[in-house]
Amino acid sequence: MPLLKNEAIIKELYTRVEGEDTLPDRGAVLVDLARWQADRSALIARGSEIGVRLTSAEAPEAIADDLSQLSLVALEFPAFTDGRAYSYARLLRERYGFQGEVRAVGDVLLEQLHFMHRSGFDCFEFSSDQPEEDWIIAQADMKVWYQPTGDKRPTATQLRRR
Amino acid sequence: MYEYDEFDADFVNQRALQFGRQVESRLSGKLSEDQFRPIRLMNGLYLQLHAYMLRVNVPYGCLNSAQMRKLAHIARVYDKDYGHLTTRQNMQFNWIKLSDMPEILLELASVEMHGIQSSGNCIRNITADEYAGVAAEEIEDPRVYCELLRQWSSLHPEFSFLPRKFKIAVTGSEKDRAVVKAHDIGLRLHRNENGEEGFEVFVGGGLGRTPFIGKSIRAFLPTEHVLSYCEAILRVYNQLGRRDNKYKARIKILVHEMGSEAFSELVEKEWAEIKQGALALPQAEIERVREFFAPPAYEALPEEDPDFEAQRKAEPGFALWARQQLAAHKRAGYAIVNVSCSPVGKPPGDISSAQMEGFADLADTYNFGEMRVTHNQNLVLTDVRKRDLFDLWKKLVALGLATANHGLIGDTICCPGLDYCALATARSIPLAEKISERFADPERQAEIGEIYLNMSGCINACGHHHVGNIGIVGVDKKNTELYQLMLGGSAEEDASLGKILGPGFDEDGIVDAVETVINIYIDMREPNEKFIETYRRLGPEPFKDRLYGAPA
Repeated sequence: MPLLKNEAIIKELYTRVEGEDTLPDRGAVLVDLARWQADRSALIARGSEIGVRLTSAEAPEAIADDLSQLSLVALEFPAFTDGRAYSYARLLRERYGFQGEVRAVGDVLLEQLHFMHRSGFDCFEFSSDQPEEDWIIAQADMKVWYQPTGDKRPTATQLRRR
Repeated sequence: MYEYDEFDADFVNQRALQFGRQVESRLSGKLSEDQFRPIRLMNGLYLQLHAYMLRVNVPYGCLNSAQMRKLAHIARVYDKDYGHLTTRQNMQFNWIKLSDMPEILLELASVEMHGIQSSGNCIRNITADEYAGVAAEEIEDPRVYCELLRQWSSLHPEFSFLPRKFKIAVTGSEKDRAVVKAHDIGLRLHRNENGEEGFEVFVGGGLGRTPFIGKSIRAFLPTEHVLSYCEAILRVYNQLGRRDNKYKARIKILVHEMGSEAFSELVEKEWAEIKQGALALPQAEIERVREFFAPPAYEALPEEDPDFEAQRKAEPGFALWARQQLAAHKRAGYAIVNVSCSPVGKPPGDISSAQMEGFADLADTYNFGEMRVTHNQNLVLTDVRKRDLFDLWKKLVALGLATANHGLIGDTICCPGLDYCALATARSIPLAEKISERFADPERQAEIGEIYLNMSGCINACGHHHVGNIGIVGVDKKNTELYQLMLGGSAEEDASLGKILGPGFDEDGIVDAVETVINIYIDMREPNEKFIETYRRLGPEPFKDRLYGAPA
């Protein structure tokens, strides 16, 4: 699945370790919440970057105190209609101040990219045959925003006051 | 009323162009129907029994004459020459072609209109008291906050894929014409003991399959916090609302299951984190928006107009209409005019393109070019000089818009039902027509007095049957359409849910049953007692006994 970040395709740096699977000898890993909570010390001791993947039923409060140890949080969209991760992304950025990568995974489609980006996602794992072009389309769709979010796009209200 | 600036205009235009792209993607097969469905819904486009239906937002019910003429144009060019007023104060068109949609959205954008979020699992059109700004007993004009909420909720990135649809209503009067307690969030604008403006906040009200009256979770919310408080409520709901069962996904179920106190605690905790953030409304922003709703150029007039008095004496039809359709205005010499779109024997809320255009002309001549849509599927002219009422009435008669049944049994709320709707289990419009024919005599309606009859063609309750004094809901029993009767609902400040009286009736039987209920009420009422008061005094027994036979 192509990964899009900062308007370009990037290479996957993380090895996905599902459930109780063995950790690779070295390199960045992406683990589930349960694995992180069970093997926290061992994962940190590896000295490589750590990502945690949350299901849409797992709120980021569970890792709020751990974020300094993490470089990636992946938030799942089991279906594009399940919008819980929009709130999770905003909480990660705006409440917990997470500066690492917030990645959208699962049912990630062009039509939702803009909302995701506004909510704080900066990396998208989505099944398009032309992800970069889709990104341009999604960004071109909207140029006026009413809601202040952590993305710093100026809102209509802020622009009116200038 | 509010006027778009460059930002609002760009926003709506972009959205129309974006939808054009999305329709192309759908037609070319790049988007599947499953992927396209939420997109079209969020632009107000439903697929109904026979065709696409487009629901156009009328923000908190306020329309100007240019917008009404554009709606008439759309009805004539793209539909079957009529539109339908809805219980969210919107107008919907029932016979739209998908390929016409991009053009229609651009037409709407040219008069500052759109269908954004008139459907879908997002924040729907904000509704308000249709007398906002003019009601004699109003405390504060709610439209200022409706507009601020409209902007905040428009394509909210966090709240566009909620567990289910989300409806907000705002009132600024003691008398609740906005049904705030039957909404996901209901806001009641009032003043505290220090004279400061604020909201009482209700959550978790709603009708549908599982009706609830909203719970008050905050007695006083300073107005500058209205956006942050709503954001806190939505954030709790977006994370915790049920997503496993769409019939249990509304916020009312969450509030009911966890209890309003526990829910309120979560909201307060979330709100404490964000209340001082970017959503806090500076007074200057509130005042900027308030200017759009400044009163029009009223004349200084005496309270009573001698010609109006004389015309009423001379013309009984006018007297009847004036008695029924007018409401008290805060300015001397002016009246609020209710215009019924539920004539005898016709579908409640339907309005032809010729009526729309004629009505737009009347708004220009008599009402500063503006008008309102009500959740009762009627229209209102808010600012008519009493001395113009007679001329206005004559022109309304010519347009077929002078039915005198405001607040009477002929003025029903009715969903589209099985004639249009893919969800319905029974027809509702033909039944509304039959009932209005049975009670067609205006003298009889006036004798019955204030009563609200609401009907829905299925349990989803788009016709608000739970909060009708008399409610009717269509059900399908072994391929026969049956109608259940409920009594005791109220949509006002004393909101209550009706209770089903007993087994259902067939179409003729339900009309007879309604008449029986009315006759019992007339026999048993105390002087000046409204139907709902009599019902609350007597309970359901006398009605049950007569309809189903007294227990042995």
